[in-house]
Amino acid sequence: MTATDQPLLRMSDVHVRLSGSHILQGVDLTVRRGGVTALLGRNGAGKTTTVKAVLGLVPSTGVVELTGADGRTHRLSGRRTHEVVRHGIGYAPEDREVFGGLTVAENLTLAERRDSAHHHDRVYELFPELKQRSRQLAGTLSGGQQQMVAIARLLLNDNQLLLIDEPTKGLAPLLVAEVAEVLARAAEEVTILLVEQNLTVVRRMAQDAAVVDQGRVAWTGSAQDLLDDADRTRELLGVATSGGHA
Amino acid sequence: MDTVVLLTVTGLGLAALYFLVASGLSLIFGLMGVLNFAHGAFLTIGAYGTWWASDNLPGAGSTGWGFVLAVAFGVAVGTAVAALVELALIRPLYERHIEQVLVTMGLALALVALVRAIWGADPHPFPRPEWAQRTTSVLGASVPNDRFLLIGSALVVLVAVLAFLRFTRVGLIIRAGVENRSMVTALGIDVRKAFTLVFAVGGAFAALAGALGGIYLGSISPGQGTSLLIFAFIVVVIGGMSSITGTAVAAVLVGLVQQFANYYAASGVGDLSVVLLLAAVLLTRPSGLTARLA
Ligand SMILES: Nc1ncnc2c1ncn2[C@@H]1O[C@H](COP(=O)(O)OP(=O)(O)OP(=O)(O)O)[C@@H](O)[C@H]1O
Ligand SMILES: [Mg+2]
Repeated sequence: MTATDQPLLRMSDVHVRLSGSHILQGVDLTVRRGGVTALLGRNGAGKTTTVKAVLGLVPSTGVVELTGADGRTHRLSGRRTHEVVRHGIGYAPEDREVFGGLTVAENLTLAERRDSAHHHDRVYELFPELKQRSRQLAGTLSGGQQQMVAIARLLLNDNQLLLIDEPTKGLAPLLVAEVAEVLARAAEEVTILLVEQNLTVVRRMAQDAAVVDQGRVAWTGSAQDLLDDADRTRELLGVATSGGHA
Repeated sequence: MDTVVLLTVTGLGLAALYFLVASGLSLIFGLMGVLNFAHGAFLTIGAYGTWWASDNLPGAGSTGWGFVLAVAFGVAVGTAVAALVELALIRPLYERHIEQVLVTMGLALALVALVRAIWGADPHPFPRPEWAQRTTSVLGASVPNDRFLLIGSALVVLVAVLAFLRFTRVGLIIRAGVENRSMVTALGIDVRKAFTLVFAVGGAFAALAGALGGIYLGSISPGQGTSLLIFAFIVVVIGGMSSITGTAVAAVLVGLVQQFANYYAASGVGDLSVVLLLAAVLLTRPSGLTARLA
């Protein structure tokens, strides 16, 4: 699915305060329908908190809105997490959060949303390993296999938007490539907001980028422009890129 | 030998009562993070509901099917009160665990006071079906039949709960919720429905324990639930806080230790040894016997 000019998700002036700290200090962010928007930033900048604020997993103020394919806009802020998700939002958290005491198959059954069709065939085709291990307790899977379960949960239902927080964190290079491949395929059908530190993956997948710094969106624009500009990348993300194409 | 048999069966009967109360407590704690101090009041309501129905409810009585109907009435009232408590008092305090616990404490006091105000502080004789008053000979010991009723009921509840958790979607939601509530909601599931269900089911088991406890003790009084609750809490802790099988094993341990210590040492030593058992388990296995739900 190519990026359109219609906004799908819009956050404006979102603030989050947790145990006395002011973590998000007025986040403004728009995710276009179609394509992949990368959410970047240094450690502790507020990327995960931004994603959680969309889902209502942390208390927040400000406005979060989702505009459906029919052009109708739904306010997500102030709604409970399960209601937000039922607008067709899939979430893969930073530390996977698969249910270790449930089997792989039970993890997937639990993720079946009643507002959607369920594509078990699709996920088992993408991750044949999960099929072989469907009766294994998810807690005994390797980190990479757990990440497959987390991604399978996303692709099981029909969604409008996937919120994916660092899907390649801690994976071996081969699996990073595999996960990137799966997500790139998913991106053909659904909009993705992707938190990702691996800039090769960002370059491969993302059209748009937003950089979070100290609880605010400090920069938005084309992902390619950002990554091609080594000075700016270093300034915003604190990393050196090889400039040009990685 | 016959003393040992009698003590064992009686200990298991007591364990059955502890399990009925503790299973609800541990489900509620595991899923919602709430220590429900009102659970003893659900037991008292079940006991008084049964007692009241056996005298007043048309068709109910103190023997045969009439008595079954009386127990069903007591359990229904306990279930309804528990569900109402969750909807009206616990749910508005969603995720505010300290306030929730304080509410259940206040409720425990208030409900017991209410029962005392209506029916007085003195014990009332509880209807005991004739069958439960007879004894059965087991390996030479004459065991009162009510012990088998207690043990059988607890076994049925244990098997039913395990099957429910294992084979139903709501059971799956509960098992997942015990592990990670917020991720369950992030999958689009309204976990609060499971909260109400668990509260209601826990209330039903406690109310059943109230009726069975009335048969076992032969009388009921307003404070009974609260004193049983203390042992039920100990069982929950020994069992690992949120595990049904752990709770069952712990209930058996506590029931047996209490009976044998009371008989072979001195009356009252049983309670002390239960506390020692708690300390021993916590020192050797700080998270209780088992940390898994089913
Ligand atoms: N529950 C909390 N209580 C207090 N502070 C918190 C809480 N959660 C997050 N923070 C703080 O908020 C800031 C932003 O955290 P967040 O997890 O959103 O960062 P991030 O951009 O995802 O970082 P990373 O790249 O390391 O994952 C951090 O300084 C973090 O310590
Ligand atoms: Mg993060």
